Amino acid sequence: MATSALPKNESLKSQAVETSGKADWTTPQAMAIPKGGYFADHVEQGRYGPIFPKTPACYGFSVIAKVIPGREDHLYNHAKVIEKAIAENPTFLAPLKAHYLRWVIFKINGESYMMYQGIFDTDFDKYCEDASVLFGKSGIHSAFEALEGWPKDYATNPAAIVKFFREHQFPSFLEYSEHPYVSCEEIKKSLKLKAAFTDMLDLMQ
Amino acid sequence: MGEQSAGIPGILIEPADERASLDFDDIQHFLMSRPPARAARYEFLTFASAKGGRAWLTGLIEKVGTAKAVGSNISDARWVTVGFTWNGLRALGLSEASLATFPQEFRQGMAARANILGVTGPNDPMHWVGGLASPNLHAIAILFARDVTERERCRQEHENYVKQCEGVELLSALDLEAIPPFDYAHEHFGYRDRLSQPVIEGVGEKPTPGSGPPVKAGEFFLGYPDEEGAGAGMPAPEALSRNGSYVAYLRMEEHVGAFREFLRQHGQTPEQQEWVAAKLMGRWRSGAPLVLTPDQDDPALGADYSRNNDFNYGTMDPHGYGCPLGSHIRRMNPRDTAVNMNRRKLIRRGGTYGPPLPEGVADDGVERGIAAFVGCASLVRQFEFAMNVWANDPSFHELGNERDPIFGTQDGTFDMTIPKRPIRKKIKGLPAFTTIRGGAYFFLPGIKALRYLASLTDGC
Repeated sequence: MATSALPKNESLKSQAVETSGKADWTTPQAMAIPKGGYFADHVEQGRYGPIFPKTPACYGFSVIAKVIPGREDHLYNHAKVIEKAIAENPTFLAPLKAHYLRWVIFKINGESYMMYQGIFDTDFDKYCEDASVLFGKSGIHSAFEALEGWPKDYATNPAAIVKFFREHQFPSFLEYSEHPYVSCEEIKKSLKLKAAFTDMLDLMQ
Repeated sequence: MGEQSAGIPGILIEPADERASLDFDDIQHFLMSRPPARAARYEFLTFASAKGGRAWLTGLIEKVGTAKAVGSNISDARWVTVGFTWNGLRALGLSEASLATFPQEFRQGMAARANILGVTGPNDPMHWVGGLASPNLHAIAILFARDVTERERCRQEHENYVKQCEGVELLSALDLEAIPPFDYAHEHFGYRDRLSQPVIEGVGEKPTPGSGPPVKAGEFFLGYPDEEGAGAGMPAPEALSRNGSYVAYLRMEEHVGAFREFLRQHGQTPEQQEWVAAKLMGRWRSGAPLVLTPDQDDPALGADYSRNNDFNYGTMDPHGYGCPLGSHIRRMNPRDTAVNMNRRKLIRRGGTYGPPLPEGVADDGVERGIAAFVGCASLVRQFEFAMNVWANDPSFHELGNERDPIFGTQDGTFDMTIPKRPIRKKIKGLPAFTTIRGGAYFFLPGIKALRYLASLTDGC
């Protein structure tokens, strides 16, 4: 566990000094993460507790929880609910600054577990707070209701959701990125720029 | 202080019988109304004995202004508010079981969470003044007075009263006075202040154009529905769970000399200096918003509450050519470019302290600044979010290496980007214009809760 806590992004700042080329997106990077998920001397302190470190693959989590027996089909049905919600409003989850979200069901000793894995650009606490509101509006929360331990007062108590996510988070011990530390917004801006240049070249014909 | 509040949002539009069933006679007036005060005094107290603390509170309850009393009586000359730290509630004799029901951030206090807020370096609690970082800080008595004469009368009266309460001692105090001219609220850098305040649903005020809809009372007062339904995490017993609020206190020194020197360095003419000042804030110092008048000041617009908040960022200024993405007002109220805004609203109260520094005069080294309270129902979700995510996050709006240029923690290593065609202007190594000299979290109980606290007995 942490030996010291640093304010938001101070940890990144000091890492940037120590790790030359950290911000160089052209050089792929990997980061080995100690047991427990934190670097003892670089713990970013969040509002609800220590924040798992930002890695070349940005912020993220792997939340694993047991599925309430008999509710597995419920999860599959709600995958369609989520698909529909995003189709109707593609920018609905944009506030989460997520690169990717993955929902996985797997079995251990015949019992179902769900892993919810995300890669995103905001810190863990902000993600959870924003997600608590958005999920409630989209129906996504219904999927989580199939998990053991999901807080009954999630709709009105963001702190309860943060607590659930923290208690069910399994930190990575290694993360890698082909384009380290690049945010989703930067990727989208680059693609927009490419499209703009393509348009410009078309107009020059 | 609110002498200058005439004309600010708050036009009564609902008849009294149509107002929501808020307990106006139980809620302290502090977050509900802004009395016409030109002077103030904050007294920070410690209780060596629970009995003495309760005796002090017992005699003070009748002087505490309620939302109902302050809202209906404009002839008052002074307005009193009382709040307690978590240590203060313990010092009064509140049971451990009850103390444990308060939210963690309040239990820990601001000093312990300074790192989370980004309050570091010269702002660190180790440098705070007035005993504000001490666990012996137990209570605050906030006095707003119509003028300095009335404040001094009250100061003397309270001093005499405290002497009668065994074990109650003054840790420190801060006197505040509005800066002339008094016809509009402004702080030491010269910016017009109090331009954007949320309106509470059920209070009977109409938001100014562009300010968004009224916010549920539960976002500011415990025991009422908030924007997501019933509020969570209420303290127990029930007597403490209704009509109270949390406030974060910040004493922020303003380095006026450094600010003016910065403007001179980055603007060759007075007009250019005003432009730089406006870009840091997001408004001209007159209050006119850059989104509406990006190229030149418009003092009439700045003073017109029917227009000076009537703008957004998403469609009117998405790239920040008017109001820079990292400017103070864009960070502290991102409007339509952030989500869940009604869950992040804050009510600010307070005023200026220290003598104004005349233009053209070298900095005299005297401390001057703003001593403000930020009120809400959840410190972690509202106040700490604003500090952690908006003010001090270098990645705000993908900026990468910036913090709030006015209010954020600056150490000379952060930048300020001013979008500009064809090429943006980037100011490297922004100096610190402000330093946090103290802070604390207080609970402002309702009147019934104050009576409950005053009635505690040792060992309960």
